[in-house]
Amino acid sequence: MDLSATSSPVAISAPAPIEAEIPEFEIRPSRGWVAIDFRELFHYRDLLYFLIWRDVKVRYKQTVLGFAWAIVQPVVNMVIFTTIFGGFAKFSDQVPQELRDRHVPYSLFVYAGLLPWMLFSTGLSNGGQSLANQQNLLTKVYFPRLFVPTAVIGAALVDTLISFGVFFILMFCSGMIPPWTTIFMPVLLLLTVLATMGAAFTLSALTVTYRDFRFVLGFMVQCWMFVSPVAYPLNPNAHWKVWLLRLNPMYGIINGYRSSLLGEHWDFAGLAIAIVEVAAILFFGLYYFKKTERRFADIA
Amino acid sequence: MSPAITISDISKCYQLGLRAEKYLTFRDALISAVKAPFKRLAGLRGNGPIEGEFWALKNVSFEVQRGEVVALIGRNGAGKSTLLKILSRIVEPTEGSARMRGRVASLLEVGTGFHPELTGRENIYLNGAILGMHKAEIDRKFDEIVAFAETEKFLDTPVKRYSSGMYVRLAFAVAAHLEPEILIVDEVLSVGDAEFQKKCLGRIQQVAQGDGRTVLFVSHNMGAVRQLCDRAVYLRDGKMVSIGPSADVVTEYLNSASETSENNLLSRPRFQGITPCIAGFSCRPAEAGRHVASGAPVIFQIDLNVTEPIQNAAVTIMFNSDQGYRVLGISSRCEGELLTLQPGKQSVVCKVDSLPLVSGRFNVDLEIFSAGRVADYIQHATAIDVEFGDFYGNGQTLLPFEGPILARSHWTFA
Repeated sequence: MDLSATSSPVAISAPAPIEAEIPEFEIRPSRGWVAIDFRELFHYRDLLYFLIWRDVKVRYKQTVLGFAWAIVQPVVNMVIFTTIFGGFAKFSDQVPQELRDRHVPYSLFVYAGLLPWMLFSTGLSNGGQSLANQQNLLTKVYFPRLFVPTAVIGAALVDTLISFGVFFILMFCSGMIPPWTTIFMPVLLLLTVLATMGAAFTLSALTVTYRDFRFVLGFMVQCWMFVSPVAYPLNPNAHWKVWLLRLNPMYGIINGYRSSLLGEHWDFAGLAIAIVEVAAILFFGLYYFKKTERRFADIA
Repeated sequence: MSPAITISDISKCYQLGLRAEKYLTFRDALISAVKAPFKRLAGLRGNGPIEGEFWALKNVSFEVQRGEVVALIGRNGAGKSTLLKILSRIVEPTEGSARMRGRVASLLEVGTGFHPELTGRENIYLNGAILGMHKAEIDRKFDEIVAFAETEKFLDTPVKRYSSGMYVRLAFAVAAHLEPEILIVDEVLSVGDAEFQKKCLGRIQQVAQGDGRTVLFVSHNMGAVRQLCDRAVYLRDGKMVSIGPSADVVTEYLNSASETSENNLLSRPRFQGITPCIAGFSCRPAEAGRHVASGAPVIFQIDLNVTEPIQNAAVTIMFNSDQGYRVLGISSRCEGELLTLQPGKQSVVCKVDSLPLVSGRFNVDLEIFSAGRVADYIQHATAIDVEFGDFYGNGQTLLPFEGPILARSHWTFA
């Protein structure tokens, strides 16, 4: 092939200044614990942004309602749960006294629970499948794999922020103003994100290896919702079996949201349990993910 | 100055079936967990190597100097892509190590991470970020990338509406504007039209010579290897056969890769009621110094072990593509040659003057047909590798999407 005639019509970019210190690294079989390379994660930070941006952008393509789906989904969930749990099952009678005193409608009570739950469940089911769904990326290019499930959660977080907006609008419509405890919301949101990340790291790594988890994920999310007080109030002092439900980290988180946003009394013990468990889930998730990461491209 | 890439004793082992079975289920893991102690017991008794182990690479070592362009050559399955994947940190080596001095960018596939729903503009950013560029870097090179890809008009069209040529141009343009110290490129030049291929090769050359960067790439285009590379590495069955100046290594590769033979066909499964008589098959160049390549004269030989005489036998050799569809059949019947096969060992030799297959791997089916019935038939008797060759005698090539077979043609006005 004659290459002499192939001067490209484009101006040649000046070569990037070769840094004084050329990065050097070694490739070898990894054994045992694998540390997380935070410098590398930082280097690829723009990729995380673009992956989230892609998910957000692509999700509602070719839909008629577009971004409105981010609003429709939680609102429809709220209406269904309010009708069934509040209307038919009369759980509305068991809403804590202090919320009844403040005339908090059952729908808002449900919505405050849906805020963390929808983030968690979407992150779990989409994040859990994320690696298996993007085999093509795993086998063809190198980048920090942790970003794959993280980006999915980031996209779910965008929806959650929209849901928050809707929540405050609904709140104003029912004549309430957010209590001062709302300032704790960012901390609780962070806790939710970390819990979702920990669970999604574990499940995505499991799903890539064992495709069974594609099916397990659905049941898991469903069962988890029934043991979490998303659509119904839970009085932990009612019975010792109910007390056991407090061991669910989502109990502490959901209660925290209601305390912060609606003024329900804080269950500090529940919250403390949640924090400890979230830390454990996150560390296990990171550990398991890093441990199996080396095999992803071989088995994906 | 220390070399840009130092590879020492890299080996990669795959457990056979792990990937082929595709889905490893949780149940399998439970079962093998139960079985493991027994297997280990069996292993202790010394039952030889672990079943189903496959070494895609074995003890490969070499160095690449800074600013050098080195090609990896070898047949399909020789381990070239596996080595590139290890150096790109996509898979881990089983043994050995490699030291890379500089930022590495790899282009194993054109358009990795492109999303069909996103526009050209959006995909440039997404793909750039996946390849390790920062947003600011992409901003800076955006116009250059677009100009290189020649897709200005379609920047805001979703790439799913792009023609395959435009898609490839855009994807390569993004990758070509990476500024790594080490660039790793798999056989991506085999896509796109001839004009664009030239442009890509030119760009690689420019990257290496002008900017002093190191390039490691895989190609089946021996012309390009000779022209672009300082040195070449020849891999066969996961082992390094030779390394040296590219012209020498290319010659060695072409000379050694020319003969395929399979001598154990009698034991292959047959349809019911067939008495096996095809014993072996081989394929070799018909002239010394040439190769089993597109346009080259090639000899196919079928070894027979006949038990009962077969009258008026038509012998047919069929070639199937990697994707499994049949692309070519050559038969003695069509040439009016019906052979009478007497009991005993003998060989049928078939010469093709100019092999009309493009470069690549083809599976061979063999058939002997006589008196209205199939006397013997073997599916996938063997696979042959056809090298890149100058079929038209003028250096022109057919592009992969233009089909697997070649023919001379005459063009006039009428």
